[in-house]
Amino acid sequence: MNRLKIYYLISIKWAMLLLLVIFLLPSYGWAQEARPVAEDPEAERRLIALTEDLRCLVCQNETIAESRADFSNDMRREIREQIHANKTDAEIIEFLVERYGDFVLYDPPFKPTTFLLWFGPLILFLLGLSTLIVYLRQRRTLVENEKPLTEAERKQAEAILNENKGNDA
Amino acid sequence: MTRYLLPLVVFLIMVGFLFAGLGLNPRQVPSPLIDKPAPVFQLQQLHDPEKVLSSEDNIGKVWLLNVWASWCVACRDEHPLLVQLANAGIVPVYGLNYKDERSTALQWLKQFGDPYTVSIVDPEGRVGIDYGVYGVPETYIIDKQGIIRHKQIGPVTVKSMEETILPLVKELQSQS
Repeated sequence: MNRLKIYYLISIKWAMLLLLVIFLLPSYGWAQEARPVAEDPEAERRLIALTEDLRCLVCQNETIAESRADFSNDMRREIREQIHANKTDAEIIEFLVERYGDFVLYDPPFKPTTFLLWFGPLILFLLGLSTLIVYLRQRRTLVENEKPLTEAERKQAEAILNENKGNDA
Repeated sequence: MTRYLLPLVVFLIMVGFLFAGLGLNPRQVPSPLIDKPAPVFQLQQLHDPEKVLSSEDNIGKVWLLNVWASWCVACRDEHPLLVQLANAGIVPVYGLNYKDERSTALQWLKQFGDPYTVSIVDPEGRVGIDYGVYGVPETYIIDKQGIIRHKQIGPVTVKSMEETILPLVKELQSQS
């Protein structure tokens, strides 16, 4: 009886140990430090900041940062490499503009071919404003020059109105 | 009268601009490389990886650089025209096999015909970036001094061949 109890206790002890091992194993086997999104988070931040202002030429209403097109993947790879080669942002943008033109930039440069783009809205606004001013001035002179009807004119108007009333009936 | 005419005129001008806009293709982004030296490359040849072709090997002649890939469907549309052009012997066509597998590319040429004097391989598209490639197929016309004179974005058509490519090639070939 006593012997059986001892065996029982020993087997319980082993079972507990086994359970402990089973529960702990996964955490030892697969737990790791959370990996950073990229190997170099600083470079990745610069990449995102840069590509948010660049147009994907394949899917033209998306930025290179948000596009999954092959073209954008290549661009990101290229820019990433240039960041690692210690190129400045201006140098990287110049590299892309040399190859793809100003169209890759979402923020168009200020130069003679883009003057209309930059000044166009202002010109339209000024045109609208001057039209409005001219119109308001004309209307004011019209109102100011208005004279009240003379007695004769009033009677004439009344007569016409009465006449029309008669016709309607 | 002007009161009614003026809005009508403004409206007609707007219609004119919008109508012209309809005819524009937003995919045709003008290349800044036109009239600039063609970017230099040294790439493995498709048929013989041991051999390398350099862009400088072609200085002194007018040549076409056609960017193609076996995965590119539109390339099949223009391919018969390129084969025809190569057979006529008017101008050498060089192929830039863009982001492709060598075996499938060779198979593709066997199937559709090989118009290329030499095809070179750009498996990662790096030379493609130098040339501003963003939509395969693209075709560049490069003159005797190695200057890019024209870029065709998208497949070559009979129209673009007759109206642009052939006249320009003839003109460039007649220059010294």
